[in-house]
Amino acid sequence: MSEPRGARPAAGAGPSAAAATFSKSEMMIVAAARELAGQRVCFVGVGLPNIAVNLARLTVAPALELVYESGAFGAKPARLPLSIGDPTIVTGATAVVSMFELFSFYLQGGLVDVGFLGAAQIDRFGNINSTVIGDYEHPRTRLPGSGGACEIAINARQVFVIMRQSKRSFVDRIDFRTSPGNLGGAEAAARIRREEGWLGRGPSVLVTDLGIYHFDDSGEMLLDSIHPGATLEQVRDTMGWVPNVAQPLATTPAPTPEELRLIREELDPEGAYTK
Amino acid sequence: MSKVMSMRDAVAANVHDGDVVAIEGFTHLICFAAGHEIIRQRKRDLTLARLTPDLIYDQMVAAGTARKLVFSWLGNPGVGGLHAIRRRVEDADPASIELEEYSHFGMVGRYTAGASNLPFFPLRSYFETDLPKANPLIRPIRSPFGEETVYAVPPLKPDVTIVHAQRADAVGNTQMWGLLGCQKEAAFAAERVVVVVEDLVDEAVVRADPNRTVIPGLIVEAVVLEPFGAHPSYVQGAYDRDNRFYRDWDAIAREAVTTQAWLDEWVYGVSGRAEYMGKLGAERVAGLRPSGQAPSGSVDYGVYR
Repeated sequence: MSEPRGARPAAGAGPSAAAATFSKSEMMIVAAARELAGQRVCFVGVGLPNIAVNLARLTVAPALELVYESGAFGAKPARLPLSIGDPTIVTGATAVVSMFELFSFYLQGGLVDVGFLGAAQIDRFGNINSTVIGDYEHPRTRLPGSGGACEIAINARQVFVIMRQSKRSFVDRIDFRTSPGNLGGAEAAARIRREEGWLGRGPSVLVTDLGIYHFDDSGEMLLDSIHPGATLEQVRDTMGWVPNVAQPLATTPAPTPEELRLIREELDPEGAYTK
Repeated sequence: MSKVMSMRDAVAANVHDGDVVAIEGFTHLICFAAGHEIIRQRKRDLTLARLTPDLIYDQMVAAGTARKLVFSWLGNPGVGGLHAIRRRVEDADPASIELEEYSHFGMVGRYTAGASNLPFFPLRSYFETDLPKANPLIRPIRSPFGEETVYAVPPLKPDVTIVHAQRADAVGNTQMWGLLGCQKEAAFAAERVVVVVEDLVDEAVVRADPNRTVIPGLIVEAVVLEPFGAHPSYVQGAYDRDNRFYRDWDAIAREAVTTQAWLDEWVYGVSGRAEYMGKLGAERVAGLRPSGQAPSGSVDYGVYR
C-alpha cells in the first residue's frame, strides 16, 4: 500500500501525539493482526477480518498468502478493498481461480491454515450465527447468511474470529448455527470432527474490542489478555454468561505508532472499519 | 450466424414470466443493465438465483419481478444489508418472498451439478449446523465407498443465465479475466445463455488466446454489446467498482418510497444503458477508470502444421 489516500486529521501535532490515543476498534484490529504471526495461508472473511489480515500482511506476517472466496489466491491488494471481490485483489495476485477450484481444491483440499471470520452472534463454545436474529421463518433481523463461512469453519485448519462484544452478540444460545465451533464442548466436538472427517480443529482465537480469547480444554472461550483501558467489568457486562478468565490475566500491548499509522494512513483513511 | 442483438430484444426473447433467472458474477461482472431491462419489461414471478443477490436483486425485488430468491449471502458487501429484500423477509412488506438458502460452496456445487448433468453435488459442509433444517434440500448422504457421510445439494439449472464479460465474438465465444466467480458453471447449467460484453471482437481475437475462453458460443443464445453494462459493479481492466453507489444504495433502499423514486428515475425513466450512463455523467465515469495499466505478458501458443 505504497500510496496513502490521505491521512485522518491527527488529534495532536505529530505522529507521537497521534499514537498516544487509539480507539477500541484500532486495538481490536491490531490485536487480531498480531495473532496471525507465523501463519501461512489465511482465508479472509468480509468486514473486520479484511483489515486485520491486511494489517498482518504489512506487519507480522509478510509471507501470509491471502485467499479471498471470490477466487484470488496470494492477493496483494494495493488498497484496502471495501468488498472482498474488489479488482485490487486480482492485479498482482499469485493466482485467480474459479470459485469451484477455490472451495474444492484450496479449502476442502486442506490448504487453508486459518479461516478468519466475523460473526453477528457467538456462544461460549465459539459456535457462530450470521444468518438470523429470531426465528428463521419469521426473523426479527435477517442477516446475510453463511456465504463461505459454514465450509470455512469446517475445512480451515483453525478458525479466528473478530467481533465487537455486546450482550446481543455474546449470547448463551445463538439463534441459528451458521458455522460450527466447539459445538457443546471440546470432547464431543473432537469426536464428531473425527467421525465426519472435518479437516478443521475449530475456533482457536477470538479477538474483540475488549480482549483476546483462546479456547480451553473444555472448548470454552477463555479471556487470556485484556486490552489497555478495558476492564473485567466491561467484559462481564457484554457477555451472556460468566466468562472464564486466565490467571494471571495479561494486558494486550498497546498499538505501536507504526501499526496506527498503517491503519490510519494506508489501510483505512476514511475510518470505514474503525469508527 | 451472428447472435448480436439489443438488450431489449435479448431479454424479451430469453426471459419469461416464472423463469429461474441467474445473473451471476461474484462482485465482478454483475450485469445490472440486464436486470434493469428485466424490470422495464415488467417480468413477473421470477425465481432469482445468485450466490450474492447484491444490489441488482435488491432492485429487482423492489420492482416486483421476483417471487423467490436462491442464494448464499444476502448483503451489501462491506456496507450492510439489502433493505428492499429485508422488508419482504422481516415485515412481508409489501409481500413475503420465498427463500432457498445455501452456503457459497453449496451454490457453486449446485451449478456444477447442473452443468455436468449430475443428480447432486457432494461437499464437506453443513455438518452440525442449522442450514439443513432451514433448507431440507441440503441432505446427508453416505459414501458408496465407505462409512463417511457428506452433504449433497441438488442441481441448479436456470432457465436463463446472463453473463457479463470483457469480450465475445458475434456467435458468443466469450472471454473474461479477473474474478471468474461461477459464471462458467452457471452458464453451462442453464437452458439459455445471454452474454453481455464491453467489446465485440473478431473471431480471430478469441482464437489467438483460447485459454481465456470461458463460455463457448455453442451454448449462447444472444450476444449484447453494452459498454458499462455492469455499473455499479465493475469490469477488470475497464472500470472500477463504484463503491460510492454501493454506499448510497444503503440510504436509498432503507425506505420503500425512496427506492421506488430511484427506480423511476434510473430504470423506468431511461430507455437503456446508454441513457443511464449519460445521466451518470462523464466526470463520474472518468473517476471509475483504472489509475494505470497492468497488461498481462503474452504467451506463445506456437504454430503446428
